[in-house]
Amino acid sequence: MYKILDKVDYSDDVYMQVIEAPAVAAAAQPGQFIVLRIHEEGERIPLTIADFDRDKGTITIVVQAIGKSTRHLQKLGKGDSLANFIGPLGIPSEIENYGTVVCAGGGVGVAPVYPIARALKEAGNKVISIVAARNEKLLLWQDKMGEISDELIVTTDDGSCGRHCLVTEPLQELCETGGIDLIYAIGPGIMMKFCCKTTEPFGVKTIVSLNSIMVDGTGMCGACRVSVGGETKFVCVDGPEFDGHQVDFDLLMSRQRQYLSQEKESLDLYVECGGDQRCLK
Amino acid sequence: MPEVSNDKPERKPKRPKLPRTAIPEQPAKVRATNFEEVSLGYDEQMALTEASRCLQCKRPKCVLGCPVGIDIPAFIKLIEEGDPAAAIAKLKETTSFPAVCGRVCPQEEQCEKLCILGRKQEPVAIGRLERYAADWEAANGPSGKPEIAASKGKHVGVVGSGPAGVTCAGELAKMGYDVTIYEALHKPGGVLVYGIPEFRLPKDIVQRECDYVESLGVEIKLDHVIGRTMTVDQMAENGHDAIFLANGAGLPAFMNIPGENLNGVYSANEFLTRSNLMKAYRFPEYDTPIKVGKKVAVIGGGNVAMDAARTALRLGAEVHLIYRRSREEMPARNEEIHHAEEEGIIFDLLTNPTQILGDQEGWVEEIEVVDMELGEPDASGRRRPVPREGSERRIPVDVVIVSVGTKANPLLTKSTSGLELTGRGNIVADEHTLLTSKEGVFAGGDIVTGAATVILAMGAGKLAARSIDRYLQGQPLLTPEEEEAIQAASDKAAETAAAK
Ligand SMILES: Cc1cc2nc3c(=O)[nH]c(=O)nc-3n(C[C@H](O)[C@H](O)[C@H](O)COP(=O)(O)OP(=O)(O)OC[C@H]3O[C@@H](n4cnc5c(N)ncnc54)[C@H](O)[C@@H]3O)c2cc1C
Ligand SMILES: Cc1cc2nc3c(=O)[nH]c(=O)nc-3n(C[C@H](O)[C@H](O)[C@H](O)COP(=O)(O)OP(=O)(O)OC[C@H]3O[C@@H](n4cnc5c(N)ncnc54)[C@H](O)[C@@H]3O)c2cc1C
Ligand code: SF4
Ligand code: SF4
Ligand code: FES
Repeated sequence: MYKILDKVDYSDDVYMQVIEAPAVAAAAQPGQFIVLRIHEEGERIPLTIADFDRDKGTITIVVQAIGKSTRHLQKLGKGDSLANFIGPLGIPSEIENYGTVVCAGGGVGVAPVYPIARALKEAGNKVISIVAARNEKLLLWQDKMGEISDELIVTTDDGSCGRHCLVTEPLQELCETGGIDLIYAIGPGIMMKFCCKTTEPFGVKTIVSLNSIMVDGTGMCGACRVSVGGETKFVCVDGPEFDGHQVDFDLLMSRQRQYLSQEKESLDLYVECGGDQRCLK
Repeated sequence: MPEVSNDKPERKPKRPKLPRTAIPEQPAKVRATNFEEVSLGYDEQMALTEASRCLQCKRPKCVLGCPVGIDIPAFIKLIEEGDPAAAIAKLKETTSFPAVCGRVCPQEEQCEKLCILGRKQEPVAIGRLERYAADWEAANGPSGKPEIAASKGKHVGVVGSGPAGVTCAGELAKMGYDVTIYEALHKPGGVLVYGIPEFRLPKDIVQRECDYVESLGVEIKLDHVIGRTMTVDQMAENGHDAIFLANGAGLPAFMNIPGENLNGVYSANEFLTRSNLMKAYRFPEYDTPIKVGKKVAVIGGGNVAMDAARTALRLGAEVHLIYRRSREEMPARNEEIHHAEEEGIIFDLLTNPTQILGDQEGWVEEIEVVDMELGEPDASGRRRPVPREGSERRIPVDVVIVSVGTKANPLLTKSTSGLELTGRGNIVADEHTLLTSKEGVFAGGDIVTGAATVILAMGAGKLAARSIDRYLQGQPLLTPEEEEAIQAASDKAAETAAAK
């Protein structure tokens, strides 16, 4: 069992948890993810490592509650335990001194960007961060990102905080100004797709972190396959990071919708029985 | 091996010629709708009758067919004498998983193929008797714990809790070693738990076997992905004096035909993992979903394809099994093919998929197939199927399950320095000792051989345990006699080759 040591709600459906998992923390690196299972009947859900503390032996995750499992997880707090917590999985980010790097995070995508941006900063890069969300309430980790960035740009779709625009606007401007050596863009599929469309004409390498549906997370099942540069890749072992200009985002997003009807059924039942798993038996 | 005595044969073939004892099974119609075990096993009377068919050969051929050399006539005799406790003890001298092997060994290719009775009538049902003894033990409590040698103060790390890893760990624990198994998944058992379905191998049997090795003092650390959570080198640094790699062949192969990434196309590994390991067949009580639809095409002809097809059938679909050769060439166990036919799987033989077509939303809609003809035999001796031109046709389907084999998963091997691999990514290990190119590291099971069988993986686990024991005691991995025997065998092979 893996203990939840801390929990903070950022909004109605976004929350942070700190989980005790010394073996995972000891090996964790920016860009990697974990797979967790809440209980015996639970599914294996992949979540990016938003932060880690090797000394304390902890991993931090930031989660958006969208379906049954992430809502159930939301109900757990300090003192509760998870049945399984596996990782770190995936290939770590390639951290080097590239020069000037833009790190753009959309929605909960800011959390996975954070350790990468921090490592890039430590490696001597100039880090320009873009923190984007639909509205102010959904903005995440502005302060944390600010601390490790040379420059911080905040955008909201509705203008409730920072610039009133989509994440792609400042990205476009930065590319036009020039001098950008590398871009990280992490967030929902649609956000990553348009970030890549924006940067492609400028030929600035843009790395994305894909969130395909997974089961094992170790390369055994192929559930997570995506098409990159016309080749089939397994996100869990070949990624999760890829050259965004090569990724077939439409396929990614289509495959993410595979279980919509079952996910709805599962969530409805969960809500119906007041969040109590036992009523399903 | 049974002792060879010089006594006169005490038993003349005067016994009545009994037919092979049938095994009770759930009726095909009933079992096609549930996940309960298909075969119900012998009761005592059936076991006694079947055991009595064995001729107790002085030079039993059957034993030569068993990859681990179980003393078959001896354990059968004990069953016949009404002493299943002694029979199971006899079996456990050689195999750690009798309840598993009795169920899933391809007996018709192994022990039963060589049984002398098979020449004139049907062979003794060795597997079923093995299962009987194991199930008897499960129902009546363990027949005593094996002796565990005094601690040798050395620690061995095993990667993977499939049959190879668990067998090796159990053997080493009995010899007095501290053993830790590292398993990537959240349940131990390897393919036995994530691949082979409940209706063929109930999961509580696998759990029982894993509990058994734990009772010998083996520690099983789940959720540990070697190569990620910890590397092989770190295992060595962390005090493992020797390491056994038994991480299996878990990387699904695809066919590289158009449409394979459409929604509704599964690898057999994914489909079976969802159903078995994640219990998606009990969705929504269990959280993991699975998609089946009305009509499913399974591509392949091995055990894995049969398991996927029969699982899809139980989840309510009409299932077509698409295989490019004929029934005779199917690599699956006969019994599984037979059961699949009985349950109503439709076999589209000499048929090969050429592409999968989807709808607007990216969902599978049709599969295009072409008829095949058998041409000249290929390297494997099987006649090579060649497409018949112009015979393309389309079958409407909701789900396609690709079951065309597995490859070596590179996750562990890529992260380990100094490990020699074959061109296909399998670990190179000495055939007689299972030592790899890396000091103190041994490897066996599917990761070395490519996808094979449970009993071969178990055999590799035993061999690895023997080598690791010798290695840790500073002895040569092969005794001089073994060296000599191997040399003699290879000389002989060279001679025969030269003579040709
Ligand atoms: C590498 C990776 C990193 C991720 N990191 C984060 C993160 O840091 N924070 C976060 O909030 N979310 C993250 N996700 C997404 C997260 O895994 C899903 O939101 C979660 O599994 C949804 O489960 P659910 O039962 O609550 O929702 P469901 O109702 O089951 O599903 C809602 C949607 O989530 C996606 N999803 C469902 N099951 C899975 C699955 N097994 N694997 C992946 N996606 C699935 C599908 O697109 C689905 O339509 C990540 C996904 C991947 C692959
Ligand atoms: C669906 C199916 C049906 C089959 N039916 C039969 C049958 O009827 N009869 C028969 O004899 N054989 C059958 N087989 C084949 C048989 O199951 C395998 O040959 C056998 O299980 C191989 O054993 P193993 O110990 O080498 O590997 P596996 O059983 O594959 O076990 C390997 C274990 O290692 C773990 N692992 C992998 N990588 C890592 C890592 N990096 N770190 C930690 N752990 C790791 C895996 O999760 C797994 O648990 C079948 C196989 C399948 C897939
Ligand atoms: S282990 Fe398999 S091959 Fe050996 S005797 Fe038992 S069923 Fe036959
Ligand atoms: S070959 Fe057949 S009859 Fe002879 S000992 Fe073996 S099982 Fe019995
Ligand atoms: S999640 Fe199974 S292979 Fe990637």
